[in-house]
Amino acid sequence: MKKRFRSYAGKLLIPALSILLALVVASILIIASGLVGPDKQLDWTLPFVAYSALLQGAFGSVRGFSNMLVAAAPLMLTGLAVGVGLKAGLFNIGASGQVLLGGFAAALLGARAAGAPMWVAISVAMLAGILAGALAGFIPGALKAYTGAHEVVTTIMLNALIQLTVSGLVTDVFRAPGFTFARTAPAGNATLVGLGTTTLHFGVLLAFLCIPLSYWFLWRTTTGFEIRSVGANPTAARYAGMNPRRMIIMTMSLCGAFAGMAGAIEILRLGYYPAVFGTSIGFDGITVALLGQGNPIGIMLSALLLGAMRAGAPLMQIKAGVPVEIIDVIQGVILIFLSAEVIVRKIFRLKAAAPGTGEIQTFTRTYGEKVT
Amino acid sequence: MSIEQSPPPRLQMRGITKRFPGVVANDHIDLDVKAGEIHALLGENGAGKSTLMNILYGLSRPDEGEVLLDGQTVQIADPADAIARGIGMVHQHFMLIPVLTVAENILLGTETMANPIFIDRREARKRIIELGKRFGFEIDPDAKVESLSVGWQQRVEILKALYRQAKILVLDEPTAVLTPQETVEIFAVFRRLAAEGHSIIFISHKLYEVLEIADRITVIRRGQVVGSRLPSQTNEDDLAELMVGRRVLLAVDRGKSNPTEPVLKVENLKVQQDRGQEAVRGVSFNVRAGEILGIAGVAGNGQDELVEAITGLRRPNGGTIQLADQDITNWNVRQRREHGLGYVPGDRQKYGLVLGFPITDNLVLTQYYNPPFARGIQRNDGAIEEWAQKMIKEYDVRTPSSSVSAGTLSGGNQQKVIVAREFGRDLKLLVLDQPTRGLDVGSIEFIHKQTILKRNAGTGILLVSAELDEVLELSDRIAVMYRGEIVALVDGPTANKEEVGLLMATGGRAQTEGTPSSGGPGAAPDPSGRGTTS
Repeated sequence: MKKRFRSYAGKLLIPALSILLALVVASILIIASGLVGPDKQLDWTLPFVAYSALLQGAFGSVRGFSNMLVAAAPLMLTGLAVGVGLKAGLFNIGASGQVLLGGFAAALLGARAAGAPMWVAISVAMLAGILAGALAGFIPGALKAYTGAHEVVTTIMLNALIQLTVSGLVTDVFRAPGFTFARTAPAGNATLVGLGTTTLHFGVLLAFLCIPLSYWFLWRTTTGFEIRSVGANPTAARYAGMNPRRMIIMTMSLCGAFAGMAGAIEILRLGYYPAVFGTSIGFDGITVALLGQGNPIGIMLSALLLGAMRAGAPLMQIKAGVPVEIIDVIQGVILIFLSAEVIVRKIFRLKAAAPGTGEIQTFTRTYGEKVT
Repeated sequence: MSIEQSPPPRLQMRGITKRFPGVVANDHIDLDVKAGEIHALLGENGAGKSTLMNILYGLSRPDEGEVLLDGQTVQIADPADAIARGIGMVHQHFMLIPVLTVAENILLGTETMANPIFIDRREARKRIIELGKRFGFEIDPDAKVESLSVGWQQRVEILKALYRQAKILVLDEPTAVLTPQETVEIFAVFRRLAAEGHSIIFISHKLYEVLEIADRITVIRRGQVVGSRLPSQTNEDDLAELMVGRRVLLAVDRGKSNPTEPVLKVENLKVQQDRGQEAVRGVSFNVRAGEILGIAGVAGNGQDELVEAITGLRRPNGGTIQLADQDITNWNVRQRREHGLGYVPGDRQKYGLVLGFPITDNLVLTQYYNPPFARGIQRNDGAIEEWAQKMIKEYDVRTPSSSVSAGTLSGGNQQKVIVAREFGRDLKLLVLDQPTRGLDVGSIEFIHKQTILKRNAGTGILLVSAELDEVLELSDRIAVMYRGEIVALVDGPTANKEEVGLLMATGGRAQTEGTPSSGGPGAAPDPSGRGTTS
């Protein structure tokens, strides 16, 4: 029992320290931001003011809290889109494109089903988003399995391809008439509306359901075992009679499906697809997955943390005058410390981790091996 | 040797103690090595030899005890410090860069500069050639390391240490990767080094080698020195007993085999290696139920490709494979396994285990999807745990629990996990590739016994091993493989070691072709690229 606890504590250590270090680094920037502000004064307490406003913004009111959950939901899904891939030894940085394709498909089908009863319309639109995302994951998966093309390269290219293609289609072929800017037709009944006065919507519930579901899938099913085996040692998996090619394609499709779902709930919340759909949830998924060490529960917690920062940031800007972009800085610094684990261990004089095939290693390992 | 004047020993390690959580890896170990001495360090896997040598090489610090060099107490901070103090280490797995030349590899890290910008290559070449001459192995400094045979790569490692003026050389199981012929050659090098006053610490668990080469033998068991012997005063049985702590049967009693009908029929099999060369060139043979067919051969003569083709990891380019009267040539791994194939792979960490997974998962790595280990699409952890407990007990896997990851086990116990998984079900054919590589005598004895039991139970066994002794000891029939062909098939119990060894080295042809993979002194890179295992 004690041992088990220790192993969990060990897993939490690096993420926790990375967050701590990121907050320290951000504090310096926050103090510096006070120097360039209109009042130009050195205020050592500014970071505390900013961070407490951040917390207050996320947890201080029902509205703030629901905003946090709404911000966390898509991050949970993109976190899974990256995290489940890491379990199979795949680094999916295509979540960004998968989100866009999923959102686009959801918007189109949502608009088609706009007049149908709400649950039918939502189901059709969500399903379209999930399938489109899965397709966007399937392609790099198949390329890796059959040609050895590294998923990092192919997904980056697909990101650009999807973004520009979708954007082009929205401004031209699928542009809805009667709006001043290019966008698709309204999703009507497929739109995800808030519950009561809050912003909470059905997609949040769906995202939270995906956490235990993926946990069960990865650790309780035989297919999950195959995925983890292929991720931890592909040659041993092949030796044991598993089919790494199939697993890679399947996992990438699954990752795409999660990202597609994230895109779908974001777009259906909006009710249409704008020509320029700027969202960082695809890339934020990488931070979420690594901070959560690829574990669904960890991913949930990380997504909530990032969601809280997003939801609390406006209040922080009002109260402390700190720009909301500081959130991106914190997130970026967390990612740097996570991937450069060695630095964190040096700073805190920790012993080196046992060499292994952890999720971080998958992330930082850049070579690709041909799959047979 | 003039030990009479008794200068302080070159190296003294006094009362070295190193504790890890839960174990005392070194428990007050005393070791002294004289100048010009070949000192063998003998012990089972996990006995504490590596820990001791890591302390000497500055890779870890002792909790207690001191290290003295030439009578002076020293603190060895790190490997660079160890090298500066004249301690050199040749690891079991070579630390060479294959695409660089011999000279470049040796220079790496200690570049002699002609001026601040350029390396003095000429001076470096000169010194390398001189060193090689002095110790009896002239080597071409401009040869690419990847083109050298394993034996010569090892010499480059030794040269690397000598170039850094090592006086104490630690060799971690140097013969594990060598052929018998290469071993003879490298021993000559060791003797020469010792004669020049170098001290050699030779780590091994091959008893006969230790007896042959060492001036003194120190045996370590469970972190303690349990005895010190002179080769003239001991024998293999005595050393094995010291090492393991009980009587060990060095040669299992294989008994009589009762082979019946063939379970594996290989006909005119052709297999290519990764680079497209034909590694197996039209091989035909049978393995019958209840017999062990051993394949003897110098590493890199097509055995790997043959095994991979039979087990389904590699597509053959021609010929057929039949398993229990079914043509399995184009079947995948799973189909073959379900049809009664078991396989203990040559590389246990790469193929046999998922090191990060617990023992339980590794024990069901090939059967996880079958009941009772799976219920529908879900794993049945209860049944898996129950099975694991049974296998751990039956196959004597030494582990604190079934949930520790396989990577934390010693080599011998890792192999036992694989053996338990592969032997622990009904099989028609069992393929054993280097089943005891790198294991200590206790584990070897256990695995050999299990192999005989499996044979007696009516399983056909294909044994591939680079250890000729192992093949001779277990096989009912021996096929000798040379350059991708089976050049001879001899009866196991009556086989003669020298004869088989000669067949391995020459393929039974005239000797003009040269011996494979050993290379003569100053060996030009072997153009065919053989002798390198992939």
